[in-house]
Amino acid sequence: MNQALETQPANYVLVVKKDCPTCTLIEPVIRALAGNTALSLKVYVQDDPSFPANLGGVIDDSSLEYSYQCDIEVVPTLIRLTDGNDAQSEESRIYGWDKEQWQNFTRIEDLGAELVNFKPGCGSKTQDPGMSEVLALRFGKQILQARSVELAEAEDIMEACYDRGWSDGLPVVPPTPLRVMRMLNGSERDAAEIVGKAPPDNVPCTIEKIAINAVMAGCKPEYLPVVIASVEAALQDRFCMHGLLCTTYFSSPVMVVNGPITRQIGMNSGINALGQGNRANATIGRALQLIIRNVGGGVPGGIDRANMGNPGKYTYCFAEDESDENWLSLSMDRGFERKDSVISLFAGDGLQPILDQQSRTPQSLTKSMAMSLRSVAHTKLFGIADAILVVCPEHRRVFREGGWSKEDLRKALYEELMTPGAKVIRGANDIAEGMPAKFKDKMLTKFRDDGLHIVTTGGTAGMFSAIIGGWVASGERGSQLTSQKI
Amino acid sequence: MQSTTTLLDPTAELQTAARQLLPRLESIAGLTVGLLDISKPRGKEFLDEVQKHLEEAGAKVKRYSKPTFTRVAPTELTQQISVECDAVIEGLAD
Repeated sequence: MNQALETQPANYVLVVKKDCPTCTLIEPVIRALAGNTALSLKVYVQDDPSFPANLGGVIDDSSLEYSYQCDIEVVPTLIRLTDGNDAQSEESRIYGWDKEQWQNFTRIEDLGAELVNFKPGCGSKTQDPGMSEVLALRFGKQILQARSVELAEAEDIMEACYDRGWSDGLPVVPPTPLRVMRMLNGSERDAAEIVGKAPPDNVPCTIEKIAINAVMAGCKPEYLPVVIASVEAALQDRFCMHGLLCTTYFSSPVMVVNGPITRQIGMNSGINALGQGNRANATIGRALQLIIRNVGGGVPGGIDRANMGNPGKYTYCFAEDESDENWLSLSMDRGFERKDSVISLFAGDGLQPILDQQSRTPQSLTKSMAMSLRSVAHTKLFGIADAILVVCPEHRRVFREGGWSKEDLRKALYEELMTPGAKVIRGANDIAEGMPAKFKDKMLTKFRDDGLHIVTTGGTAGMFSAIIGGWVASGERGSQLTSQKI
Repeated sequence: MQSTTTLLDPTAELQTAARQLLPRLESIAGLTVGLLDISKPRGKEFLDEVQKHLEEAGAKVKRYSKPTFTRVAPTELTQQISVECDAVIEGLAD
């Protein structure tokens, strides 16, 4: 290209793609600029280096490296450089086609005079769906720190994940770098940030490791903030994740999610909320379990000594039904506001139904529920295991129509559960198990203060509430319900 | 078939990425060594000789054979060998 030596020529870079009608519209303009000896022009084409036809020196950018490095969002984009040899020396840029703007930008008065005045550009190929993570992996700064595991050619990817011990027994989504990059985009957090030390091996757990396991669990990127919060809750001292993992008892983290995020990511708080079928419920709960397994090193038969475990150790996560504004949610009980998104972790085990289709008064229903709540851990054991009472919407309606609040219910349950020690000490009722003899003359409460949590979830038909019994090391000596803002 | 796949390690990376071999035996005296005949011709004569040497070294020997050399050993057989033997020698070709 000829350059006038006496004056410094202006330097331009133009990024186009043939598949863009605006780019093809301005083909005469491109030719005019390329043939103008008073300036220098480099043309990068994203899709077809034969475009514009017969124009020499067009640079093939089908790898999109240049477009990515220059952060091109729209084609055509015309960039003026202060130094023609330095792509980073951008002075300013314009995009799309706006005749007057192009004429001013290039200082060529009659540029494109024959064309329409205005035509917006098209999206750059760097903006194609899913492309940003592909390009970030290929050309961006190195974000991923985790060790790469190269599989042999003949290895089946799914089997390889099993072989390496990464699975809870169900298939996992293979954590490829691309999937992990996409997962990381679900959060603003830095991939290298250490959230805490994961038990039982007490190893630093980074956002990246959380993302890898969230991929494997089947999470979508928008679930990642919930998964991160679940890890933050699990790693708090009050939750006692280490002991919970080691216990021979059934318990494992049970997750209750409150607030707007439950609707944003489509969690289930309705029909079958504690069952299968909802991706967010299923995979968020599973992600935490995989993190404890893979990052923490907690493997059944290793540090995990549960004699039976419970099916919730695959996943145990649900959202609360917050449709009744006059009924406090679990997170509000814990001091948060309804507008907050919060995850609460409870060390709990399976699900014990409370069938009551006859009670129409709060008084009857409370007695009914209390009777069932006695069964937590053992009907003769008091104050050792917390519980979540899962109130179904129809039972909640009974309380509401009777004018009761959740606090009224909790208070009435505590009173109803007061029991003379003599009835439940060891040997009473000819049963060796029970409370130590020293409690003989005391009145006992089934649950310690702050040991009975009340949550609402489930479908609107069915007068079936439920109990999630807690770990028999509940309270300060073991685990306490732990809430974490998302 | 795709070529190589790269996955990101989900663990705390306390173990090596490649699968480790079991610890090697320091001695075979008193241990049980399985001899797996893959059912190629003359395998028996060869393995008889191997057995003699192993027994001289103090090992107990158990003999197994695959139904056919053309296919991998049946799962039941590999499981049987894994519980009955401390080590195994498998003939791979004539």
